Amino acid sequence: MEVGQMQRRLIEYTKSLFMEGILDDQFLQLQQLQDESNPDFVVEVVSLFFQDAERLLNDITSALDQQSVDFPKVDAHVHQLKGSSASVGAQRVKNGCIAFRNFCEEQNVDGSLRCLQQIKQEYYHVKNKLEALFRLEQQIVAAGGSVPMMELSF
Amino acid sequence: MATVGEVFRRSLPETIDQVRDDSSSSSELHVLAVDDSLVDRKVIERLLKISSCKVTAVESGTRALQYLGLDGERASVGFNESSVLREIPVVVMSSENILTRIDRCLEEGAEDFLLKPVKLDDVKRLRDFIMKGDGKDGGETRIHKRKRQDDYASLSSPSPFPACDPSSPLMPSSSPSARSSKRAKLRNKD
Repeated sequence: MEVGQMQRRLIEYTKSLFMEGILDDQFLQLQQLQDESNPDFVVEVVSLFFQDAERLLNDITSALDQQSVDFPKVDAHVHQLKGSSASVGAQRVKNGCIAFRNFCEEQNVDGSLRCLQQIKQEYYHVKNKLEALFRLEQQIVAAGGSVPMMELSF
Repeated sequence: MATVGEVFRRSLPETIDQVRDDSSSSSELHVLAVDDSLVDRKVIERLLKISSCKVTAVESGTRALQYLGLDGERASVGFNESSVLREIPVVVMSSENILTRIDRCLEEGAEDFLLKPVKLDDVKRLRDFIMKGDGKDGGETRIHKRKRQDDYASLSSPSPFPACDPSSPLMPSSSPSARSSKRAKLRNKD
């Protein structure tokens, strides 16, 4: 596949992620912060997000597994996950966290467990999508092309 | 669940003594960014660098105080007692749009409140505002100068606000019109 085709494929792929609500505007903000002096900025931030998210999902899972659930603690973890997912534009994960916090407030274990499942699914979904996106970018760069930036209007 | 903040500083000193001695103001803002989230620290650092600021990013209020040389027992003055440090504009960032909390931040002397996730435009606007505000008119454009503890000898002090240095309780200042315009601006963010 030649570079132009790859670039078009990347743009279409990225657009689809926005259309499906998997990514939001904040992801574009991150891309704006990337340049020749910081060519891997987005990958770096997203990698930090993956580490953070997996740690938090584990912590939340353990906390919900306790005999007596410490809801303020669970809420604190969810708050952190909401924050970092919002910062990278992982919209569905962020929205899942917002819903989750309601269950924490109600001290609802079953609701929380269901929500956690949902968030895990959304997290792995966005992780797969972003990894695929980064692979497409790598292919373009390897073929000597430059990564096209998304237009902010659509 | 930490509320986080940023501290803007005009010069580039390493110690508090240097802050006092530094009479010239450099054109570059040096920002002390405080955030307990590694992801957010990385993002805010980049946002500030791209906006031509020098950045020091730390993970907690305690670390921020250590950086400023105000660590707990060793500190001879608090953040608001030091006449130099009092001049440093403080901006609060939070992911939660809780108006009572935002109001409290502004009342207690915060320069501005940024709703997270922070965008490049937010940082640019803020930097321009801070750069314009300091200098010759010495903070006249700053609406709520943080007051010293002894200014409040006759008033009762409220419980310390969690986002700020717990060892130096801050007092509310007046100017409700300024606050309401800021509030209106923040509401529009929804």
